[in-house]
This record gives sequence, C-alpha cells and structure tokens, in this order.
Amino acid sequence: MADWYEARRYDVLVIGAGGAGLRAAIAAAEAGVKVGLVCKSLLGKAHTVMAEGGIAAALGNLDPNDNWEVHFADTMRGGQRINDYRMVEIFAKEAPERVYELERWGGLFDRTPEGKILQRPFGAHTYRRLCHVGDRTGLELIRTLQDRAVHSGVEVLMEVTLSRLLKDGDRIAGAFGYRREDGRFIAIGAKAVILATGGWGKVYKVTSNSWECTGDGCAMAYEAGAELMDMEMVQFHPTGMVWPPGVRGILVTEAVRGEGGILRNAKGERFMQTYDPKKLELSSRDVVSRSIYKEVEAGRGSPHGGAFLDVSHRGAEYIKKKLPSMYEQFLKLADVDITKGPMEVAPTIHYVMGGVRVAPGEGASTVPGLFAAGEVAAGLHGANRLGGNSLSDLVVFGKRAGEHAARYAKGVDGDPRIDDGQADEERRLLLRPFDSGSTENPYELHAELQEAMGTHAGIARTGEGLRAGLDKILSLQERAERMRAAGSLLYNPGWHACRDVRFMLILCEAIFRAAIERTESRGAHWRLDFPDQDAGWGRKNLVVQRGDRGMTVSTRSVPEVPPQLARLLEATA
Amino acid sequence: MTDATLHVFRGDKTGGDLRTYQVPVTEGMVVLDAIHYIQQHEDSTLACRWNCKAAKCGSCSAEVNGKPRLMCKTRLDQFMGSPVTVRPLAAFPLIKDLVTDVSWNYRVNQEIPPFTPARDDTGPWRMYPEDVDRMFEFRRCIECFLCQDVCHVLREHDGTSRYYGPRFMVRIAGLEMHPKDTVSRAHLLRGRGGIGFCNITKCCEEVCPEEIHITDNAIIPLKERVADEYFDPWRALLRAFRGRREPRGT
Ligand SMILES: Cc1cc2nc3c(=O)[nH]c(=O)nc-3n(C[C@H](O)[C@H](O)[C@H](O)COP(=O)(O)OP(=O)(O)OC[C@H]3O[C@@H](n4cnc5c(N)ncnc54)[C@H](O)[C@@H]3O)c2cc1C
Ligand code: SF4
Ligand code: SF4
Ligand code: FES
Repeated sequence: MADWYEARRYDVLVIGAGGAGLRAAIAAAEAGVKVGLVCKSLLGKAHTVMAEGGIAAALGNLDPNDNWEVHFADTMRGGQRINDYRMVEIFAKEAPERVYELERWGGLFDRTPEGKILQRPFGAHTYRRLCHVGDRTGLELIRTLQDRAVHSGVEVLMEVTLSRLLKDGDRIAGAFGYRREDGRFIAIGAKAVILATGGWGKVYKVTSNSWECTGDGCAMAYEAGAELMDMEMVQFHPTGMVWPPGVRGILVTEAVRGEGGILRNAKGERFMQTYDPKKLELSSRDVVSRSIYKEVEAGRGSPHGGAFLDVSHRGAEYIKKKLPSMYEQFLKLADVDITKGPMEVAPTIHYVMGGVRVAPGEGASTVPGLFAAGEVAAGLHGANRLGGNSLSDLVVFGKRAGEHAARYAKGVDGDPRIDDGQADEERRLLLRPFDSGSTENPYELHAELQEAMGTHAGIARTGEGLRAGLDKILSLQERAERMRAAGSLLYNPGWHACRDVRFMLILCEAIFRAAIERTESRGAHWRLDFPDQDAGWGRKNLVVQRGDRGMTVSTRSVPEVPPQLARLLEATA
Repeated sequence: MTDATLHVFRGDKTGGDLRTYQVPVTEGMVVLDAIHYIQQHEDSTLACRWNCKAAKCGSCSAEVNGKPRLMCKTRLDQFMGSPVTVRPLAAFPLIKDLVTDVSWNYRVNQEIPPFTPARDDTGPWRMYPEDVDRMFEFRRCIECFLCQDVCHVLREHDGTSRYYGPRFMVRIAGLEMHPKDTVSRAHLLRGRGGIGFCNITKCCEEVCPEEIHITDNAIIPLKERVADEYFDPWRALLRAFRGRREPRGT
C-alpha cells in the first residue's frame, strides 16, 4: 500500500447508488458482510431519481388476470426473444415481492379506492401493471432505498469516481479512482465488486439521461476482461421534449400515453392507427419511435421535427394530479400548458439494453468476483425494454447481486492484494491531460462522438453508415490520447470530462461493432439495408470482449426457452 | 443572437470573487445552460453540481440574484437582459465556485430513526387514499437544500448545531404521519432536532421548488405533536392508539 492514495477496504464494494446499487448494498449488508457504496454524485441524485412512470410488477390489483406468466410473456415478446428467459422468469416472479418490500420500507404508492397499490397501463404490457406515485416514481424508490441503506450499516462514499477495476491475478481485488472534491486518489480493496453504474445515454446528444450516464462501469468491466452483450441494442424513447433547444431530449414520460395521451402528425392524423391499430399509442417503444421517425421523414412532422402528443382532453384537474411534474416541466421550461394543448415530442435516447453479460439470477460477470446489476447488466430486456421493467429490474437483480456477492466474498480466503503498479498506471492516465503536449478539448471530442452516434447509430441504421461511424470513433480514440485539462485537481469538471470521454469512446466502438454484425432488424436495432427479422439472428446474442489486438465480436446462442415456458409465449401471442 | 452577462462567483476556501462572462442566449435558456456554456467554451474549471436538468434531482442549487433557486429551472429571459449574479449557497461551507459542502445534511438524516412498522405487520397493506394523500407532499422533497440555505436559524453562527432545518422537519413529518409507523420522534425534535428554534418566518416555504407547505403542513403540526407529548401526555397516548396505530387500513 502506497501513501499517495487514501486506502479503504470492504468485503463487498458496490459502485453506483441508483436503485440497483442501493438494493445490492442493502442485501449484502443484511448478509452480514462489510459494505462500501460509492457514487459520483451526492447520495439520492443518481439517474434513478428521474424515473417517472412506474415500476412494473404483476400484482393484479386492477386486473386480476395478471400474473407472472403474462408479465414473462410480455417481456420476452417486447425483447424480441433474444432475452435470457431464465432472467425474465426470475424477474416476473419476484417483482411483486420487491414492490411490497419497498412499501414495508416506507415507500408510498398511489392507491386504489380499496386501499391497494394503484397500477397504470403502459406500452406493450397486457394489463395495468405499473405501480407508481404520480410521475415521480424514481424519487420514491431512491429515497426509500437510500434511507434503508444508510440505516443498514452501509458506508457511503459520495462524489467519488472510480475509474479502474483492480485485479489480483484473474480475480477482482477492488477499484481505484479519485475524490471529485479535491482530486485525492483513492484505492478500495474488496473481495467482490458489484457494478451498478447505470447506462451510457450520454454518448448521444439528444438523450433523457443525466451527465452521470457515461457508462464508466461497463467500460471498466470491458477493460478488466469481462464479456459485454447486446451492445447494439439502444432504446429510443418515442417522446422526448424538442423545443426550446436547451430542453431537447428531456423525457416526456410514457405515463402521458398511459393516461390516454394521443399522438398526431402535423396534419392532425392519429398516425398510430396506421402502424399498430391494436395497441395504438401504447405499442412498444421501438415501434412508436419508428412511427414518429417515418412521419417526420414523410414530411408530416411537427415544426421542430417531431409529433404532437395531446392529453388535454383528460381535463386540467386530472392531469395535475396524475402528471404533476410533466405539467410543471412544460409550463416552466417550454411555456406550454399541457392541460390546454398538445406538447411537441420526438424520439430521445433513453436506455441501453446491452451491457455486462451476467450469470442469470446471480449477477456474476465472467471475471471472478465481479458482479453487475441494473442498467449496466445485459440479458433481461433483449432487443427492447418495456417501460417500467427497469425499476423492477433494479430491485430484483440488485438484491440478488448483493446476496451472491456477499456469499462469494465470504468464500474468499484472505484479502486480495492491491497492486500499486495498477493503481499507479491509472493515476498516470488520469493525470495525462495536464501534460504540456495535450491539446484536445474534451467537450469538443464529446460533441463529436455524439454527432457520430446520432448520425450513424440512430433509429435507422445502414451498414455503410455504421462503418463510417466506427472509423470516426477510432480516430476520436486516437485524439483522446491528447485531451487537455486546465487548472488544478480541485473540483474540476473539465478534468473529469477527460476520463468520461475515454470511457464513452469504448462503448461507442462496441455499439458500432455489434451493430455492423447484426444484419437484420430486431427491436431497437433497425437496419434499412436489412429491414426484416432473420430467424437465424433471432437465436444469437452478440458478445464483445477485449482481445489481444483490440475489440472482438462473437456470437452466443440465446438460451432456448423450455417447452412449458414457450407455451406461455404462444398462448397469449 | 443577444448576449447575457453573468457574474459568477469563482473561488475556494481561501477566497474568491465574482467574474464576468458573456454568454450567447438561445430561446428558453436557463441559468444552468449558461454555466455549461462557460464550462465548455471559456473555462472548463468552473465547478457546479447538476444531474437531471429537469428540476427532479435537486443538485443544481445556487443563489441567483441573491435568491436560492434551482439553476435548471431558472429561465434567463425573466431577467430581461440585465446582468445575472450566481453565487453558491451561503449556509454551507464552500468547496469551490458554486459547489458547497452539504454533507452535514446527510449526517442529520442518519440521526433520524427510520420508518419502523410493527414487526408482525408484514402486508401487503391496505392504506386508503385519504390516509396517505397528505404524505405525498412530504415525499416530493428533492433535497435541494434551498430551504436550509434560506433558514435564518441555520445561517446564524453555529446554527447547524441547534436545528435540523426545514428539510428535515419535512422528512420527520413524513415519517410521523405515516399510518404504519410506530416510533415517536418527539423527543428528538425537541432536543437535537431543535424544532423550538423555528419561529415560523416561512422563508423556507417561499423558496421550495416543490411548493411544499413546509411550515403549515410539516413544522406546525410537528410542534403541536411535541407540545402534546410533553405537556398533554394523555392526549398523545390517545392519539397513539386511535389515530396512528389504527388507520382505516389493515
Ligand atoms: C427520465 C427517465 C425516466 C425513466 N422512467 C422510468 C420508469 O418510469 N420506469 C422504469 O422502469 N424505468 C425508467 N427509466 C429508466 C431507469 O430510471 C434507469 O434505467 C435506472 O434508474 C437505472 O438505474 P441503475 O441503478 O442501474 O443506475 P443509475 O440510477 O444510473 O445509477 C448509477 C450510479 O452509478 C454511479 N456511478 C457511475 N459511474 C461511476 C463511477 N465511475 N464511479 C462511481 N460511481 C459511479 C452513479 O453516480 C450513480 O450513483 C427512466 C429513465 C429516465 C432517464
Ligand atoms: S419557518 Fe422555521 S424553518 Fe422555515 S425559514 Fe423560518 S425559521 Fe427556518
Ligand atoms: S423541502 Fe423543498 S426546498 Fe427543502 S430540500 Fe425539500 S424540495 Fe428543497
Ligand atoms: S439539475 Fe437536477 S434539479 Fe437542477
């Protein structure tokens, strides 16, 4: 152990304090091990806080016919059947208990007149299934878990960025990074590490995601040798704000459509009648996003290149009660009163289905001692996530990852060794932007990588475009070696941005490489040059891994759904 | 495109001053956009906190023209072209520029006994809308700490050692009024919580971006509860049996 960094040690280190990280930390602490929880922001500010519409669980409070089997089938079908059915089964079965547990921990949901948890309809869910609190479900979830965690003996380190996983031989030994406040380096030894670092929506310009969503955890896992899966699957949420420019991308919750919102084009036509006459506005997100895109392409878009979403027919009182923050958001930021007229919306990058490949139900990655849960993990959502399924994912698999990491840690003999060489290597990498030869502005590189993603890896993709995008990313990676930071290590956003950009460039490369390989259209991945689904590709997931000479892409068979579950998919199709 | 003039505090523990920046204005721009513009184009070392840019996370608190506000919700056009001054929250120790050390708030939260239902009451619970509706208001808090910043008790020298501040009165009210909670925090409120120091000036209510009626709906009822428990134990006991323990739900 060296004296130039702050040293800490835990049995289980959880990186990330969104829903998944908090739930994992609670589970690990309850299992009786020493737990450290690290986050880049202040506690309670993680991206999860922004979730609006609700958490999906088949409680059947409004529709008694709902049960885990229907939730299973909806989720598999939404994911175009490249999900890992084993994860989906666990998920659908355990989500209800995780929701009731939140209530026992002080979380409050909207109620039915009979005093049960109220559930609302959402895209591609057969029944009313989303438990919610108005349109601020994420805040309720994070506050509940946060209070539970700090009273469970979990030690929280706020505003710490970890930027490298440390290894002892093949297995995990901890992580290294710095305190944002003053740039002090910190090395945390741990027998097991759980990644709960969320997604990487920030690789796109128009996104609903917060600044934290730079995919650090996924990139660190890649650098540590873990396998990533389904990286080509990036979700566009059909309804983001479009105007004024400063708010472009900010989410308009699907709950607006759940509460009866209607989509129209510039000619006033309810265009979803053409694209999905059965489910209409509540079709799955990939379908609605593509529909808006097609309307705009056909010249029937709204003034700022989107569509109109109108919920005003539900009446002012109802809207203010059920969608209070949407009402507020449009009034304050866009001067639009949604109780009186339509909002203008367009697709925005929202969620990544891909991420670290994990063992179903355990969250173990392919690196011993490294676990992942929440948005950073892959497998549950396949080619397209259904709304509300992320929040339940966080608590179901957060808990399981916490338990399994604790069990794993208990089985580890002695503390893994922290290799100061690895720490020093990372320190040098982090400090490089202060070298005299550095010239590139990280914000400019960030804007350029976003441009490349938006242009070449957007809603509609082509092989040619994807290859051009990949070339651009590779050249940006080269320029990123020379990023520049000014000033000192004291709370320095420009310096922090340098490491973010390096991480994002890894993920961009992975998205392009996987998207080039998948020569078909499925879920969120729409290839203009291969517009149809291909049965062969329907049996494969794409896996990205670090090889001796750069990034490699290979395929894996999608686990085959056993007959008794396959029946469920046919039955309700 | 016109320019806006911003005077932004720059400095750290050792001192600092306002610095002036010109920022091109676009339609609908908020103060946080201007700060980002400065970071990206003029000085990448300018420190501020933010996350959601949608008034949902409570990270981007600062004093804009002397008033505690969320920068992501403060439109530039309301200032009609006059210069805008942005300073960090004054109630907390400065780290750098617009970033202050708010860790005290997290320590306070840790002192508050968490939600504690009866051991054998494992649910699923029936709680009727009328039993929970008034609590939603308290649960809306995004922990921006603007109310803490404006509270004169906390702003005074050593204030944070006397009073938990309005944010945590809201927190405690949400716990105390939960129909399933079984512990009393009256002793804490009267002692370390320092509820007696609040003299209902209502400044906190005025700045709350979530429009929580901090004094009317949280602090005053809590003050009454403390008074009951200390000076009218019978009433408190009665309420414990009738009111809190047995809401209509089971
Ligand atoms: C506007 C919006 C609305 C949404 N609404 C819904 C909804 O209604 N229902 C639903 O199911 N889903 C919804 N989602 C999706 C859902 O909110 C997210 O997928 C989910 O919250 C991700 O949670 P997480 O725990 O995996 O990660 P996050 O909440 O993203 O947390 C990541 C954590 O990791 C930390 N971290 C990251 N990198 C590092 C690092 N290098 N070092 C240290 N810490 C690090 C961060 O600080 C943070 O604490 C919504 C998303 C958005 C953007
Ligand atoms: S009402 Fe009480 S809590 Fe609010 S600002 Fe005044 S003294 Fe502080
Ligand atoms: S009560 Fe209001 S002002 Fe105070 S922290 Fe909560 S949201 Fe902010
Ligand atoms: S950035 Fe989240 S409240 Fe302003």
